[in-house]
Amino acid sequence: MPPVSTERDLRLDLFRGLALWLIFLDHIPSNAVSWITIRNYGFSDATEIFVFISGYTAAFVYGRAMREHGFIVSSARVLKRAWQIYVAHVFLFAIYLAEIAYVSQSFDNPLYTEEMGVLNFLRNPDVTILQALLLKFKPVNMDVLPLYIVLLAGFSPILWLLLRRPSLGLIASAVLYALMWTFDWNIAAYPKGVWVFNPFAWQLLFVFGAWCALGGAQRLSRWISSPVTLALALAYLAFALSIAMTWYFPWLAVYVPHFVGEAIYPIDKTNLDVLRILHFVSLAVVAVWFVPRDWPALKSPVFWPAIACGQHSLEIFCLGVFLSFAGHFVFTEVSNRVVTQILVSAAGIGVMVGTAWLLSWYKKVERRGSGPRPPATKPGFAGGDA
Amino acid sequence: MRTLGTILFVGATLCAPLSIPAWAEDPADCRVAENLLEINFPLPKVAKAITDKKLKVLVMGAGSSTLPGPNGQRNAYPARLQNALKEKLPGVATTVVADVKLRSTAGDMVDEMPVALAANKPALVVWQTGTVDAMLGVDPDNFSAAVTKGVETVHAAAADIILINSQYSPRTDSMIALGSYLDDMRWVALQQGVPLFDRFAIMKLWTELNTFDFHSAPNKLDIAERVHDCMGRLLASLMIEATRSAEPLPISGSR
Repeated sequence: MPPVSTERDLRLDLFRGLALWLIFLDHIPSNAVSWITIRNYGFSDATEIFVFISGYTAAFVYGRAMREHGFIVSSARVLKRAWQIYVAHVFLFAIYLAEIAYVSQSFDNPLYTEEMGVLNFLRNPDVTILQALLLKFKPVNMDVLPLYIVLLAGFSPILWLLLRRPSLGLIASAVLYALMWTFDWNIAAYPKGVWVFNPFAWQLLFVFGAWCALGGAQRLSRWISSPVTLALALAYLAFALSIAMTWYFPWLAVYVPHFVGEAIYPIDKTNLDVLRILHFVSLAVVAVWFVPRDWPALKSPVFWPAIACGQHSLEIFCLGVFLSFAGHFVFTEVSNRVVTQILVSAAGIGVMVGTAWLLSWYKKVERRGSGPRPPATKPGFAGGDA
Repeated sequence: MRTLGTILFVGATLCAPLSIPAWAEDPADCRVAENLLEINFPLPKVAKAITDKKLKVLVMGAGSSTLPGPNGQRNAYPARLQNALKEKLPGVATTVVADVKLRSTAGDMVDEMPVALAANKPALVVWQTGTVDAMLGVDPDNFSAAVTKGVETVHAAAADIILINSQYSPRTDSMIALGSYLDDMRWVALQQGVPLFDRFAIMKLWTELNTFDFHSAPNKLDIAERVHDCMGRLLASLMIEATRSAEPLPISGSR
C-alpha cells in the first residue's frame, strides 16, 4: 500500500500558490498584466493546476484520515470541508451582490442599456439568491468554488476505491469522462445553459491528482524521468505555443495546416478538452523534471510568498476573487491606464502574500498556545491542507 | 465546408489593397486600425445590388442596435448606416430596415429570420447578436449552432450577411462573460466565410486611443450618438470594401 513520504511536498504549495496568483490576474477583466499568465501561451490555464493539486492534497490528507479513522469519519471531514467552501462561496456572492448593486445605482450610459440588463436579477432577488444558494446561478468568475464543492462532495467513494484499487479508481474516473463526452452530461445552470466547469469532465483531473498522491506519482516516476517523455512534453508545449500565437497574430494562421485546425478546434474548456489535459500533463512533466522535490531553493525566501499562498489556498483563492472585483472596480472608477493595471496587479498579489503570512503566523501561534491539545492537526481544517 | 486554413488564406489574400480603401474618407474620430476591417469575405449579392442601383439592407439585432429615447432608432447605427451608404454610393437607392428585438438571443432571432427575410427581401442582412446570450449564459455550443443556422438561413434566402458581435463594455466586464461568445462568433464567421464587424475590438481600440471614454458613466446621449455614427460609417466602409474585394477574385462562386 502507498504512500510515501509524510513530509509535505513544497512543490505542490509552490505551484498552487502560483496558480492562485494567475487566477487572480486572469479574473480582472481587461488587465494588461494578464498577458504573462500561461493561458496565453498554450491550451491549459491555472485552473488545471489548481484542480489537479487540490485533488492531490485532498487524497493526501483524507487518504491518511481514511486509513487511520475509517470511511465514516473521513467522509464526514470531507463533507465538512465542502461545507466550508460552500460558505466561502456564498460569502463571495454577497460581496459580488454589493458590487453589482453599487454599479446599478451609479451607472447610466445610454450606450449600454442592454448590457445593464445583466443587473435585472436584482429586481427578483427571491429567485436569484435561491438559485445562487443552489449553485445554479454563478456570476462570472465564480465557477471554480462550486466545482470544488461538487468534487469534494463526491470524493469519499472514489477515495475509498483509490486506496484499495488505485488503477480501478482512475479507470472509473476516465470512464465517467468518456461517458460525459458521449452523452453530453453536465449540470444545468440558471438562467440558461450549463456549468462553465463541467464537474463530470473536471473530476478526471481531480481524481488523477488524487491517484498521483496515493502512489501513482511513484509508479509514473520511471516514465517521467525518461528523457523521451521530457522531449515529448517539450514538443507538445512548443506545438501549443505555436497554435496560441496564431490567436494573437492571425496572419500566422496561414501556416497552420488545414487538418490541424479541423482536428483541434474548438478547444473546449467547459468539458476539459483532451488537448488541455495533455498540455497540463506536459507542463507537469517539465515542472517535475526541473524542480526536484528536494530542491534546496524551495526553502529559500524567494519562493516563500507563493508557497505560503499555496498553503492557505481556500482563503487566498477567495481573497483573490474579492481582489479581482476590487481591481476591476479601481479600473472603472479611478483609472485604467496600464500603470494602474500593473500597480493594482502587484498590490493584489502583495495583499494575498501578506494575508498568507498572517494566516501562517496565526496557525503557528495557535499550535504553540494550545498546549494540552494533541499536536495532530485536524486534516482538512486549515485552508492549506486540502 | 471550407477549412480554417483556406479561409484564413483567402482572407489574407483579400487584404491586399486593391484601391483606396473605403474607410479612408471616414472622419478621423472613427478611424480604427485597418486590420479590424480587413478580414473580408466577398458580398456578391450586395455587389450585384449596387450594380443594379437598388440596395436593401436588413439589420437584425437586440438592444445594442438601438439607443434609448424617442429618437433612439433614428440615432442608432442602422439609420447611420443608411446615411453613410447614401453618401458613399450616390445614385444607388439604399434602404436600411432595422428589426430590433430587445432581449433576443441568437436562437430567438433565427426563429424570426424567415418571416423578416420574406417581408424585406434584403440583399444584405446585418446581424448583431451575442450579448443577450452571454448575459443569460446560453450554452456556447447552442449559441454557435444558432449563429451558424442564421448564416445558412440568410444565404438560403439569397442574401449576404455581416455579423456584428457585442459591444466593449468595461463597466459590465466583470458581470458578463463575453469571452467564449466572441470567440465562437469569430470562429463561425471564419468557418462560414462571412465578414464579421468586430465591434468589440473596435470599441476596445477606441478606448486605447482615447477616442471615446467608455469607462466613465456620463449620461450623455451625444457621445452614444457619435459612437453609433462611427459604427454606421465603418460598417458602410466594410460593406463597400467587401464588395470591391469580390470583383477580382473568383471566390464568390464557391459558396
